[in-house]
Amino acid sequence: MIPRCFSALLVILAFGIAIPSAAQAPIRIGEISSFSGIGAPFTGPYRQGIEMAVEEVNAKGGVLGRRIEVLFRDDKGQPAEAVKHAQELVAGEKVSLIAGTFLSNVGLAVSDWAKQNKTLFVASEPLTEALTWSKGHDHVFRVRPNTYEQGRMLAEKAGRMKYARWATIGPNYEYGKRAWETFRDRLKELKPDVQVVGEHWPTLGKLEAGPFVTAILNQNPDALYVSLFGSDWIAFVREAKKRGLFDKMFVVGILLGEPEYIDPLGLEAPEGMLVTGYPWYDIASPAHKEFVARFQKKYDKNPVLGSLVGYVTYLSIFEGIRKAGSTDTDKLVAALRGLKVDTPIGPISYRASDGQSTMGAWVGTTKLDGKRGVGIMVSHEYVPGEKVLPSDDEVKKLRSGS
Amino acid sequence: MVLFLIASGLSLIFGVTRIVNFAHGSFYMLAAYLAYTLAAMLPFGSASFYVAVALAAVALGALGGAVEMALLRRVYRAPELYQLLLTFALVLVVSDLVKLIWGSENKTGPAAPGLAGAVRIVGQLVPTYDLALIALGPAVAAALWWLFYRTRWGVLIRAATQDREMVALLGVDQARLFTGVFALGCALAGLAGALQIPRQALTTVMDAAIITEAFVVVVVGGMGSVPGALLAAVVIGVIDAFGVLVLPRATLVLTFVVMAVVLVVRPWGLLGRPEAQARSAGAAVAGARGVGVPRVVIAALIVLLVAAPPLLPTFYVWVLVEILAFALFAASLHLLMGTGGMVSFGHAASFGLGAYGAALLVRWAKAPMPVAFLAAPLTAALAAIVIGFFCVRLSSIYFAMLTLAFAQIAYAIVHQWYDVTGGDNGLLGIWPAPWLASPVRYYYVALLACGAGLAMLAAIGRAPFGLILRAARDHARRAEAVGVDVRAHQWVAFVVAGFFGGLAGGIFVFLKGSVFPESLAVPVSVEPLVMVLLGGIHSLAGAPLGAALYKVLDTVVTRYTEYWQLVLGTILVVIVLAFPRGILGVLGTRERG
Repeated sequence: MIPRCFSALLVILAFGIAIPSAAQAPIRIGEISSFSGIGAPFTGPYRQGIEMAVEEVNAKGGVLGRRIEVLFRDDKGQPAEAVKHAQELVAGEKVSLIAGTFLSNVGLAVSDWAKQNKTLFVASEPLTEALTWSKGHDHVFRVRPNTYEQGRMLAEKAGRMKYARWATIGPNYEYGKRAWETFRDRLKELKPDVQVVGEHWPTLGKLEAGPFVTAILNQNPDALYVSLFGSDWIAFVREAKKRGLFDKMFVVGILLGEPEYIDPLGLEAPEGMLVTGYPWYDIASPAHKEFVARFQKKYDKNPVLGSLVGYVTYLSIFEGIRKAGSTDTDKLVAALRGLKVDTPIGPISYRASDGQSTMGAWVGTTKLDGKRGVGIMVSHEYVPGEKVLPSDDEVKKLRSGS
Repeated sequence: MVLFLIASGLSLIFGVTRIVNFAHGSFYMLAAYLAYTLAAMLPFGSASFYVAVALAAVALGALGGAVEMALLRRVYRAPELYQLLLTFALVLVVSDLVKLIWGSENKTGPAAPGLAGAVRIVGQLVPTYDLALIALGPAVAAALWWLFYRTRWGVLIRAATQDREMVALLGVDQARLFTGVFALGCALAGLAGALQIPRQALTTVMDAAIITEAFVVVVVGGMGSVPGALLAAVVIGVIDAFGVLVLPRATLVLTFVVMAVVLVVRPWGLLGRPEAQARSAGAAVAGARGVGVPRVVIAALIVLLVAAPPLLPTFYVWVLVEILAFALFAASLHLLMGTGGMVSFGHAASFGLGAYGAALLVRWAKAPMPVAFLAAPLTAALAAIVIGFFCVRLSSIYFAMLTLAFAQIAYAIVHQWYDVTGGDNGLLGIWPAPWLASPVRYYYVALLACGAGLAMLAAIGRAPFGLILRAARDHARRAEAVGVDVRAHQWVAFVVAGFFGGLAGGIFVFLKGSVFPESLAVPVSVEPLVMVLLGGIHSLAGAPLGAALYKVLDTVVTRYTEYWQLVLGTILVVIVLAFPRGILGVLGTRERG
């Protein structure tokens, strides 16, 4: 009989420990992201950031005394699939809100569903401006600095340099186009003699780089603006290096300082580029150092920007629930407007006018780090979102256009 | 030239075995990862890379042979398309295996030792590695020529490409021949993949990125023709390189426009030959009058579908609507490929254009939802009139690839026409009218549309029109001989299929509330194909059955595992091996047998 007593004791113990947090049902959050397909290389570390945030908050007793439970769903990179998951998560699993998405069009599809069904949607990674502006609505919030913000950050620097003849190469879809247009427009404001000598729009994910590199070289620009990323960026770098492109022009790359995009290149990463990114190895604040240490300890690898975005997204959600004092959608929406959150990279807030967070990005120059065998960002500067976001009045105009 | 290597393997496999090998891109990807690992592990210094390339090619050849013997050989007696279903399952499995073994992060392979630099040719720096590849293409082509024209094995392969039944009659062991060809084709894919790693990133989606392009090269060159593949790879490569400069915004679609033009002018590709005897997908179905589903079952199902939804949780209602949309979509494809023997790789055009037709009316004309809903099938049917006009002049794989070309062209237009279609950001806010907004009410609309569509498709299949289609499928020439205008009938069938495909798109768009170019992309063309085959190509009832089975499997599996492709792919392999003619097909045989 001893074993049975023992197991009974275990059960009692387990209950005893669990009682403070299990007194109520857990708070459920539906997380939709592209865990397969074109987003797959980037969403794994993002998920780890989320899991770390959830584990930490639950260790402290959860939120409002309730445990947090996240239900992950793979949208396969397809908007329709994401909508199916949103339906299932809300109607079937009774989640309190939907979070996540990686690709912009998937984010927009889920956002529109959330608008129609009065569900809160906290978009983490998608970059399209439309999400919070032209297609914005009351039920959507976004964490990451959008295309417009990042393009402006780079233009503020590049516009003060000597380069006048510019070319661009980017993927043939909204992100590539907008990344270039916002950069170009601000650049021309700062430096009216800027001249565009070439625009190149290869198909996303299928870049046959050689001909493009040759074409750019023949246009002979002073500087090149790149919004390629992932496998396209790797292919471009290899062909560009063989043909000496990086020696012949100054290169600006949106997002390309993010470890997601610079790490896979190893020592092939080009030096001297102006980029936005995330120099996790070189951010002095103690809160961030602790974040990195905890992440490294838990996963035995370094964080990337996605990990930070996942972590910050869920910190924000927890804080919003605390402020609302409930998981009621209307109260949550009200709480998120103007919400202030302390994050490893300092305080951020969610603007009342458009739901965009003021999380910023780092702007710096690339350099090789022989010790780790990868490219890093040096002489970087953190640009908070407030510095580049349009004013509330401008936002009102942008949102009324839809 | 990498494109030539992969395309020649694909062409070879199709020419001899008639297998449309969707997994060819997966083998290519697998080889790239394998070579990446081997090059880092092997102890031969700077020679390691080259040894790794050779080993990867050999390994993939061996794997290809093993796959042929273990899996494909079991379904040779089934209609040809079931091998396609099996290779589709392999695509899913390999994709997740790569993720499991190598992780999903992008990787950069090593540079080719000794060939990492560039040389100056007429003022331009050209990488030496590219020059080496350019030289390798003709070398491989020459080696293949020697193999085909100077060895007995090659003679047999050429003979089998022309008439494999005749070769079998002459006492040649077909099984060994097929294994050999499949292994050789896979080794070529492996060589291509391994050679790609100094140029491109290793990603878990490199299979999908190459496979359509490879098919384009094969078809433009002429199926089964290695010189054709070489010529087409050069043509496509040159057009890609110069198109970049001349029409920078057309990069998405240029190759497909080229393919469409080539196929319209030369229905068998540049160097292909007309098939000795046009055996189409339906040929193996000859005589099958379709498997009857007992009326009791149908009646019970209807009662269930009408009565149950109000009692179901909301989410299941939504899933049911999605299944209804795909049931109709698959059934419309069945009219083409089952009854008509015309396999379409571009049926997404009808689905997507239907969805866009409805969405554009809502967006720009502020049309009331019922009007927009009815516009969906009409838009798709109109498009099908145009597309069908060109496509029905071709047969078998060329027909399939031309439909794909048109679907891709439609995709590119929708994707690039930002002012009207919203480009890749799609059209949002396409919701049902308020009085239909509750899921159950919308469900009944979908049920009505889908039920009416299925009933009409069934009636068309049984009507003289359907019988004539079947006659044309089983023997086009004899059908013509008795005075049937085969093309006209096929054209009408194409438009009818487009109409109902568009109706399915209409159901779908108001379910999702938004539409994106993805609704016209290749996976949306492949899904109904898989569904029809899964349910059984013999019978119209197979299409909705396959749709339901596939959607339910997909929904359940993705919910419980991150590796849904591995699980789903394995289940599909098991189903195909257990039901080599589709579920209804095998049940039907047993019933009669």
